[in-house]
Amino acid sequence: MAGRTLYEKIWDEHVLAGPGETPLLYVDLHLVHEVTSPQAFDGLRLNGRRVRRPERTLATADHNVPTDPPSVPVADPVSARQLEALSENCEEFGITLFPRGHANQGIVHVIGPELGVSQPGSVIVCGDSHTSTHGAFGALAFGIGTSEVEHVLATQTLVQQKAKTMAVTVNGTLRPGVSAKDLVLGIVGRLGTGGGAGYVIEYRGEAVRALSMEGRMTVCNMSIEAGARAGLVAVDETTIDYLRGRPGVAEGEAFGAQAERWRRYVSDEDAVFDAELVLDASQVGPNVTWGTNPAQVVSLDGAVPGPADVAPDAREGLERALAYMGLTPGTRIRDIPLDVVFIGSCTNSRIEDLRVAGAVAAGRHVAPGVRALVVPGSHHVKAQAEAEGLDEIFRAAGFEWREPGCSMCLGMNPDQLAPGQRSASTSNRNFEGRQGRGGRTHLVSPGVAAASAISGHFAAPGDLT
Amino acid sequence: MVEGRALPLGRADVDTDQIIPSEWLKRVERTGFGRGLFSEWRDDPDFVLNRPEHAGATILVAGARFGTGSSREHAVWALMDYGFQAVIAPSFGDIFRNNSSKQGLVIVELDTASVDELNALIGEDPSRLVVVDVETRRVEVPDADWQRAFQLDDATRERLVNGWDDIGLTLRREDEISAYEVRHASPSWAGRVRA
Ligand code: SF4
Repeated sequence: MAGRTLYEKIWDEHVLAGPGETPLLYVDLHLVHEVTSPQAFDGLRLNGRRVRRPERTLATADHNVPTDPPSVPVADPVSARQLEALSENCEEFGITLFPRGHANQGIVHVIGPELGVSQPGSVIVCGDSHTSTHGAFGALAFGIGTSEVEHVLATQTLVQQKAKTMAVTVNGTLRPGVSAKDLVLGIVGRLGTGGGAGYVIEYRGEAVRALSMEGRMTVCNMSIEAGARAGLVAVDETTIDYLRGRPGVAEGEAFGAQAERWRRYVSDEDAVFDAELVLDASQVGPNVTWGTNPAQVVSLDGAVPGPADVAPDAREGLERALAYMGLTPGTRIRDIPLDVVFIGSCTNSRIEDLRVAGAVAAGRHVAPGVRALVVPGSHHVKAQAEAEGLDEIFRAAGFEWREPGCSMCLGMNPDQLAPGQRSASTSNRNFEGRQGRGGRTHLVSPGVAAASAISGHFAAPGDLT
Repeated sequence: MVEGRALPLGRADVDTDQIIPSEWLKRVERTGFGRGLFSEWRDDPDFVLNRPEHAGATILVAGARFGTGSSREHAVWALMDYGFQAVIAPSFGDIFRNNSSKQGLVIVELDTASVDELNALIGEDPSRLVVVDVETRRVEVPDADWQRAFQLDDATRERLVNGWDDIGLTLRREDEISAYEVRHASPSWAGRVRA
């Protein structure tokens, strides 16, 4: 018998299906936030149903919380109502909630890992497509819709069909200054927005093994931008070292036994994937998106593409994207001026991201006319950064240092782009209007974001004097 | 069975942020999202949704990769609240497709050439009747004698026809779930990570 992939191992351990039955997948961890849950809780109430396993459910407020200090009230009554509804629902159904201002609060995909609840071999779901982030731990983690949130609340399972598997193998070593974000932008650019559809991707190879857990999270986070259901990285000592000592894991000797079990969550040597993409890490450079989907990627050293650079059937999309973005083919990426720089989101708001950006900002100043925000992914990240003095560095350099939340990743809290404003953003989506109606988003790494804030146009840290 | 006029949206890569912008996601209700459908495009009087010849359409014909992006089921609620009962496109976002099947929005995947032909037929005469038959898994334009078969898995087809309650069905398998829970201990964090 051929070996199994990591995905197949997790699937086999969690599937409930007798002959002829629809496969149900048992869910180990269900993460909940304010936006995709109110209608699900309503559905439970309407049908007189309870939450089957409240202790396997954790909730936080992240998408529409303002990033002002918690003492500032939520000005928008519709957002305030939604946050209130989350608190009421968690209270009524007995679910642990980390509301705005709580020491454990933060972006849902930042807090799961840092609390040590996102564990190898688990099935993790959340009403949010970037749940793929948790796959960095060798967990099967994916986003679900509100009806499915209700289904998981009521049954702790999900109706699922098995996905196909794809290996994305990255050989070699990333060049200095090239980050996990550049790598995943390169992968999404290669696969296209639909290239991963129907697949669970396992990222492997020397360059992936060399990434920190935070780098692996950045890569897995954007799996969905290639259309994949989930992204995974096999467990190794990097995974185990990261988890050791976190609140959710076992202590002392019991941790050793837990870690030993986790080491099984790797694909077998002879496992066969349905598809494979092989990349050479040394060919990846700093990347920037120029268009209105995350696969429209170009090198920072390059120029805005034109109709001649793409396949005929992509021309209409290219022209629409260029018109929306207000760009002319042939313009050098470094010559594009910026209005806003956003460092944050579940892709790049962890401590390592802030360290990279802080090193660039230290002793320098944001260019005149540029608004630059740094939004730590959680209160724990914020506290760590403050202990290291990063907040002082950012403030002295003219960056805003804000409270945790999704912030300007999506336009549903007060941090938004004004129509026509152009941003360099460390988030994961550059869709039309994503950061605010009429806003123009370019996705970049934290290092490029910080250097661009200083320069007033796109730049790499190495460009700065 | 969905019968009615079809509306040619065209455009590839229409993501969920376009279908329903995030501003609309703050609501706690399940209804009223139709006003937010494609709202960033609707200011343009020439946008296809604003053209009188397409008023009352129940079938949306879109480009490739329709509904990629976020998990927001609000995208499905918005399409249905507006009056669409089926979407025809060459391909769809994975979570969007799932969400649609839960709500009864019929997802019809046809090859690009067939979608182009259908758009041409609607272009000739926007009032043409288009039929999406879930039972026979066929799309038809009867007056042009045009037909295409589409794929639809049995489980989704039965749900569309019978309108089953997924949760009710799963709860009938309660014993199976409980047995699984007995075999698998609670994770180490359960009950330890508290507010
Ligand atoms: S940071 Fe952005 S992508 Fe991540 S969960 Fe929040 S809104 Fe979604």
